[in-house]
Amino acid sequence: MSIILDKVNYVYSEKTAYEIHALKDINLKIGDGEFIGVIGHTGSGKSTLIQHLNGLMKASSGGIYYNGQDIYDADYDKKELRRKVGLVFQYPEHQLFETTVFADVCFGPKNCGLSRRESELKAFSALRSVGLPEDYWYRSPFELSGGQKRRAAIAGVLAMEPEVLVLDEPTAGLDPKGRDEILDQVASLHRERKMTIILVSHSMEDVAKYVGRLIVMNHGSVLYDGTPKEVFAHYRELEEVGLAAPQVTYLMHELRKRGIPANGVATTLEEAKQSILQAFADKNNRK
Amino acid sequence: MNFIEARKLVHEFIRRDEEDNVESILVALDGVDLDVRQGEFVAILGHNGSGKSTLAKHLNVLLTPESGTLWVDGKDAQDADNLWDIRQNTGMVFQNPDNQIIASVVEEDVAFGPENIGVPTQEIWKRVEKSLKSVGMIQYREHSPNRLSGGQKQRVAIAGVMAMEPKCIVLDEPTAMLDPNGRKEVLDAVEQLNREKGVTVILITHYMEEVTRADRIYVMDNGKVVMQGTPRAIFSQVETLKSYRLDVPQITLLAYELKKAGLPVPDGILNRQELVEALCQLY
Amino acid sequence: MLRDITIGQYYPADSVIHKLDPRTKLMATLIYILSLFVFRNVAGFAVVTLALASIILLSKVPFGFMVKGLKAIVIILIITALFNLFLTPGNALVSFWKLKITKEGLKNAAFMSVRLIYLILGSSVLTLTTTPNQLTDGMEKALKPFNKIHVPVHEIAMMMSIALRFIPILIEETDKIMKAQLARGADFESGNLVKKAKAMVPLLVPLFISAFRRANDLALAMEARCYHGGEGRTKMKPLKYRGVDGIAYLVIFAYFAAVVSLRIWM
Repeated sequence: MSIILDKVNYVYSEKTAYEIHALKDINLKIGDGEFIGVIGHTGSGKSTLIQHLNGLMKASSGGIYYNGQDIYDADYDKKELRRKVGLVFQYPEHQLFETTVFADVCFGPKNCGLSRRESELKAFSALRSVGLPEDYWYRSPFELSGGQKRRAAIAGVLAMEPEVLVLDEPTAGLDPKGRDEILDQVASLHRERKMTIILVSHSMEDVAKYVGRLIVMNHGSVLYDGTPKEVFAHYRELEEVGLAAPQVTYLMHELRKRGIPANGVATTLEEAKQSILQAFADKNNRK
Repeated sequence: MNFIEARKLVHEFIRRDEEDNVESILVALDGVDLDVRQGEFVAILGHNGSGKSTLAKHLNVLLTPESGTLWVDGKDAQDADNLWDIRQNTGMVFQNPDNQIIASVVEEDVAFGPENIGVPTQEIWKRVEKSLKSVGMIQYREHSPNRLSGGQKQRVAIAGVMAMEPKCIVLDEPTAMLDPNGRKEVLDAVEQLNREKGVTVILITHYMEEVTRADRIYVMDNGKVVMQGTPRAIFSQVETLKSYRLDVPQITLLAYELKKAGLPVPDGILNRQELVEALCQLY
Repeated sequence: MLRDITIGQYYPADSVIHKLDPRTKLMATLIYILSLFVFRNVAGFAVVTLALASIILLSKVPFGFMVKGLKAIVIILIITALFNLFLTPGNALVSFWKLKITKEGLKNAAFMSVRLIYLILGSSVLTLTTTPNQLTDGMEKALKPFNKIHVPVHEIAMMMSIALRFIPILIEETDKIMKAQLARGADFESGNLVKKAKAMVPLLVPLFISAFRRANDLALAMEARCYHGGEGRTKMKPLKYRGVDGIAYLVIFAYFAAVVSLRIWM
């Protein structure tokens, strides 16, 4: 299972005064079971990019292949693609509309043509997997708190049992605890169900903690594509385009400049801690 | 007397069913005391639902307390005669930038407040120019707000409040819907207003990184003020903060972890420079 | 796409037309629209065309930008033209099957199409050179006499300007919700009318909820900024007639007189 993007271009309002070249020659291969972070500031093309993955937006030129099949083929099943590539938009709770949370989560599977019973089974397991307590299932979604609504909405996409889950800033507007809960749930979907996850985020600290591969978008192009360590090694270049590396990455550089041999590119707190403790331990041993 | 003095504020949201029977009572504020001096930069922290937004709405008399007293700028907030005075003197900026811009042109929106309080036309022009300059948005004065970024919209909203020449501005999670660049723009603008124009600032947020520049911090949980003090004093209590569903900036947390592992790093590290200095001293 | 609509958009530029009082422009637009239904012959047509062309030139709005607004009425235009072309009785020029094109029909079709196009172009000059706020201000002031018979003129004007501000936001929001539901397998296109209407529920419910939430937020924000109705309000840009407006009124009446006399005497 894989998604391949081959020279994908997308132009908004083509041939008008407002023309924007939102994606420029994007080449990507997204492999099975990857956990990918996509970063870039507002207007860098990341939202446009993810809407191409499930066929909601059609490339102005270039091709996209899902499992080796061209999704722009006339007889390709677009609806099936939208099921396989689940897309959770920013502020997904704004799409809730049913009278109960449970009925809302059933909406997706029902649209896929499943029977009522099957839909309910899927909704059941989706709500379980986002960790929403059962008390809330039969309440109106509008009575829930912000974080709970968000989970209900994510369950609405999970109920279609996608193979790839794409989330556009799933933690925007949540408080720190709510943010950690959502990200931990997503990480466990990746770990336990081997689901491919694509996470769009503004928080360098978050992506560094969770993802295995990081794609940096800038002005519609892929600027960097690699492990968080590889990407954050370019912290100076990232700053030039208005992005930043995690705070600890800078810290390590500054420590080395001041003569403390804290080794390596640290991108997470744990790495930085180990590296600093190691430097101090080495010094004590030398004494 | 302090600019804001609140004593034992209580506010309840009561839900009633169709027969007017009380279905549930949510105590949003539960005996809150708050003191803010003129010219201070105070941050109020708390997770979603901790009561911090309810408190903010009291300061502008958008809500009135069930019990307790609230004095703003020497005026009793429960006296209806003081309503417009207080609203004019404590401006308010809300979370969603789109839902607080009224006009379709930036400068006309900034003029909305002064127009409402009957400022003469010529004076409005001066104020609009001055307040747009103070947030660095003067070059966008004739633009439509729809094509601005989130951070720019929020700065227009701040200018709209500043044009009423308030003594204090209350910002209710002004950065929750912004990206990191927008967040920085807004915070820089707010800090500048506080430092250069002496405007009292009350910043309500759940982002810990945003409050390191404040003079004092209040932490709210369950409608109560549970901690208060300088950023350094607050940030040195990592475990307590965690128990209130908040977390500390990565650098502060790292310093705390290093200390737990045996390095004698001082408590309450606020930023990278401080940690670098502290580690160099130890090395 | 939805964002391509130009009718009702403001185009900032520094021109005489932009600087006119909105009341002058409202009056001028009214008279201009009337004049479109007055002219009958080529001479009248020439005068109207000349007037429209000079106004567009004076407004400094690029012609291409204005023409885009016409896209929205292409279908109406074609239908009107066809009706006039085939359904006007008179001397047949060409005829086939049961249809015939008459000389009168050709003339009517041409004039009607021109009228429609000129109507859209002319009124888009008004909206392109006048900010929505000026427009509502103009209406508020022009309609002020109705206040005496308890028409809440200020409130109506305020509602209009808020509506104008939020229409683009709600359009964008509709787009977003639609995409979110499509991502959950919703189908807005296939099926019969009943099925299509049902398919709108997942779109409309969130849209209404969002609109109410925004209205609620906005009311709070307005209150926080001391809004308390029209009483005691001052204006940043109060409407005041200036010399140019006097000249403009003269030109407008002279123009109307010319169009009317061309109809009477030619």
